[in-house]
Order: sequence, then structure tokens, then C-alpha cells
Amino acid sequence: MRDPVGGLARFSPSFIDALREHAPELLPQPGSVAAGQQMPEVPHGTTVAAIRYADGVIVGGDRRSTEGYAIAQRDVEKVFPADEYSAVAIAGAAGPAVEMVRLFQTELEHYEKVEGLPLSLEGKANKLGQMVRGNLGMAMQGLVVVPLFCGYDQRRNLGRIFRYDVTGGRWEDAEYHANGSGGKDARATIKKRYRHGMDREIALDTLVEGLYDAADEDAATGGPDLVRGIFPVVATVTAGGYQRLNDDDVRKAAERVVAARARGEG
Amino acid sequence: MSIGFGYVPPEQIIKDKADYARKGIARGRPMVVLEYDGGVLFVTDNPSTHLHKVAELYDHIAFAAVGRFSEFENLRVAGITLADIRGYQYGREDVTSRSIANAYSQELGRIFMEGSKPYEVELCVAEVGSGDTPNALYHIGFEGTVNDHKRFLAMGGQADELNAELQRNYGEGIDLDQALRLAVSTLSRAVQSGDGGPASGRLEVAVLERDRPRRAFRRLSGDDLNARLKTGDGSG
Repeated sequence: MRDPVGGLARFSPSFIDALREHAPELLPQPGSVAAGQQMPEVPHGTTVAAIRYADGVIVGGDRRSTEGYAIAQRDVEKVFPADEYSAVAIAGAAGPAVEMVRLFQTELEHYEKVEGLPLSLEGKANKLGQMVRGNLGMAMQGLVVVPLFCGYDQRRNLGRIFRYDVTGGRWEDAEYHANGSGGKDARATIKKRYRHGMDREIALDTLVEGLYDAADEDAATGGPDLVRGIFPVVATVTAGGYQRLNDDDVRKAAERVVAARARGEG
Repeated sequence: MSIGFGYVPPEQIIKDKADYARKGIARGRPMVVLEYDGGVLFVTDNPSTHLHKVAELYDHIAFAAVGRFSEFENLRVAGITLADIRGYQYGREDVTSRSIANAYSQELGRIFMEGSKPYEVELCVAEVGSGDTPNALYHIGFEGTVNDHKRFLAMGGQADELNAELQRNYGEGIDLDQALRLAVSTLSRAVQSGDGGPASGRLEVAVLERDRPRRAFRRLSGDDLNARLKTGDGSG
């Protein structure tokens, strides 16, 4: 006799399960570089950071991607809406990272449409962890993808931040986190500036200053580019949903940081 | 070729299946789909607030069904999966109502011919246009026939009467409140005497809104819906 519970498991609201059944060739494939072979240089994204503030979470990333010692792109975007109430910021191998974001966005939307309700923030964070773990084979070959996930938890009414390690380990940060090659430098700055329950403007300045210091210390992180007018991508996730800040606000914040440094402050 | 004792001619088999499906569908409550100046409106009388008959398929595309819930629920999820896979494989604008309607038509046709029992469902796949592009309303019958409609369509029990009623009363360029009033008054014709007509608490109402940036599907319920229906009482 057929196991009725096993039969029911076919009715999965997961898009990844649907792909596995109907179009497995579209799933991310483990790399096929033989042991000892050198992985070719591919673009890597560098520093992203997220901070909890009074209304929710603010998240941002610098605009540089690098291939070895060369700059691959100056205006790359590393912060994406995952759905209406969450965002994902990526550091690491840019190709697989962007594909992971696209798959994650589809996964969340598919679940919401099939079930008629969005996943809980916890559920979204766990799902992303499973996807990072699925990338472990690629990570062992140098294509590490470590996202930073944040969102507004509508059941608990607060902003939350989750970081991941390459094994899919999922760790929640109560205040802030930054990762990527300049993550440690960004964290050092944010740590000194962080205040519990700060408002959006101060949170924005803190975030931009953190990214500025990451660029200052880390060759792979891009600083504010006043010549070309390229500034970090910054978004907030609050009770009102995901919102990308307009470039003008971010430019002003970057100019404040640069001016303070020029005066010898900070 | 010898003809066995239990031989039934294919015409008879198809007629029996069609009669069976028609009877099943006629027992269910009808659905009205209307174009209005800002999009597409779906209205049905549905006593359940959780088991929906109208749902989002993709950015500008929605699904509406009448008939047996377990059967159209399967088709709804299959449609979402088809749309999401296509959008992931290619691009979001490559997902079209026409290809989804065709897939439903093929599947329902296959089930009708090969299955031991046809599905007792009728579907509508609707897509709201943006800018100057027109909306699309596809009606898919239980045996897989597809028709594209303009302006309105009614399906389910008493569909012919309801379509005739809509034909008489539908006016070009109506707004959402007018479309909603027309839908409710049309549906109340279909309700058997003594049933009291569709009360607002039992209405399932959804819209595909034109010129929304991405996901155009929205449900109308609670205070918003009541306020709109009240406006109707006052002026009409």
C-alpha cells in the first residue's frame, strides 16, 4: 500500500522542488573543475553590511566587483529585494550569487502564490541557508557565496539580520553585520557608531561610513566615486516593506563622510 | 473486426462524459469576469474565505475557476509552476496568458479524452494589459476548448443566462465600482429564489490592476469592499 504521508509530500509549495521534478537542468549545478585544477578568475563582489535601526533594517553594499587584481565592474549592485518584506545582499562569486538571488526570489514568490500566504521571516532565512549549503561543492572550488539576509518580521514587528557561512550555517545578528572582503573593516566602524534604536538618518551615515572604511582598508572594495557619481546601493526594510533609497540621499551621506574625513574627523 | 457485447460507440462515450461534466459544473456557483477602465474584475459568490476560486498566476495574469475545488486547485498550482519555471528560465515578460491558456486547454483535453472521468471545471485565464495593450480573457471549457472573450464572461451554473444579462447591461469604459455593481446584480439573478442573493460577506472579489509596476493581482475584501458596495446602493 502506498504510504499516504509520503504521497502528500509530493504537494510541495517549493519552486526548487518543482524545478527538480520538471526541469532539473535549470538548478544550480555543482562545478566540474577537477581537483588540483586552477579555477579561472571570475568576478567577485566584495563588501555588504546591514544594521538594525528604529524602524527595521538598513542594508547596503559597495559597487565594485573584482577579477583577481583587476576591477571587473564599478557599478555592480549587490543588494536585492527578496520579496516585499526582505532583502538579500551578496558577497562572493558574483555569477552564482546573482543566480542564487534569482532562484531565492522565485522560491519566495512561488510559495506565496501556491499557499496564499508568504513564508515567515524565519522560514525564508532557513530556506536561504539550505541554498547556501547546496552551493558547498562550488565553494570548495573557490566560488564562495555568502549572502546577508535581512527583513522585517511582521509577526514580531522588528527588523532582523541573518548571516551565513559556506556550510549553510545560519546565524542571527541582533545589531549589525558586514561581510565580504572588507566586512571586517566595515564592522569595526559600525561597532563604534552603533546605538540601539537609532533613526534612519544616523543609521544611513553609519552604514555609509562603514563601507567607506572597508574601501579605505580593502583593495577589492570600492569607495564613493565622486567623479562618476557612483555611490553604495542602500535599501531599508520596514513595516512599509522594502524600499531602495534614492541616490541623492546616499550621495549626501557619502559627502558628509568624505567632508568629515577631509576635516580630520572620524 | 468483431464488436463485443458491451460495445459503446465513441460518440456516446463523449456525450456521456460531457453531460457528466456539465451537470457537475452547473451545480456550482457561477463566476463573473469583467473588464473595467483600470483592469479586470473577478466576482464570485464563495462562502469560504480561505478556499479561493480566484488567484494570482504571474505578474499580470490571474486564474479563476468554477466547479470541483480539488480538480481546479491542482490546475492552479500547475499553472503557477509553469509560469514560474518559464519566467525563471527566460524572462518575466516571456510569461503570457496565451501560453498558459493553451497549456490548460491541452491538459483538460487530454484528461477529457483519456481519463475515466472528465474534470468538472471551467477556467478563465486573464491578463491585464499595460499602456495601450488590451486585456486578454481566455475561457477554457472542461473538454479543453479555448475561447477568447472581450469585455466580460460568465462561467459556471446558469452561465448562458448570466452572459445574456451582461450583454444587455455592460457599458464600455465602466469604472471599478460600476463593474462591481453590475457583477453583483448579475450574480444575484443566478441565485435560486430563497437563497437571499450573494451577501458581501460571501463575495470573493479580486482585481488585476492596470499599470501596477509588477504584481497586478489584488483581493478586495472587508471594509474596502463594503464601502464600494455601499456606494452602489446609494446611487443605484
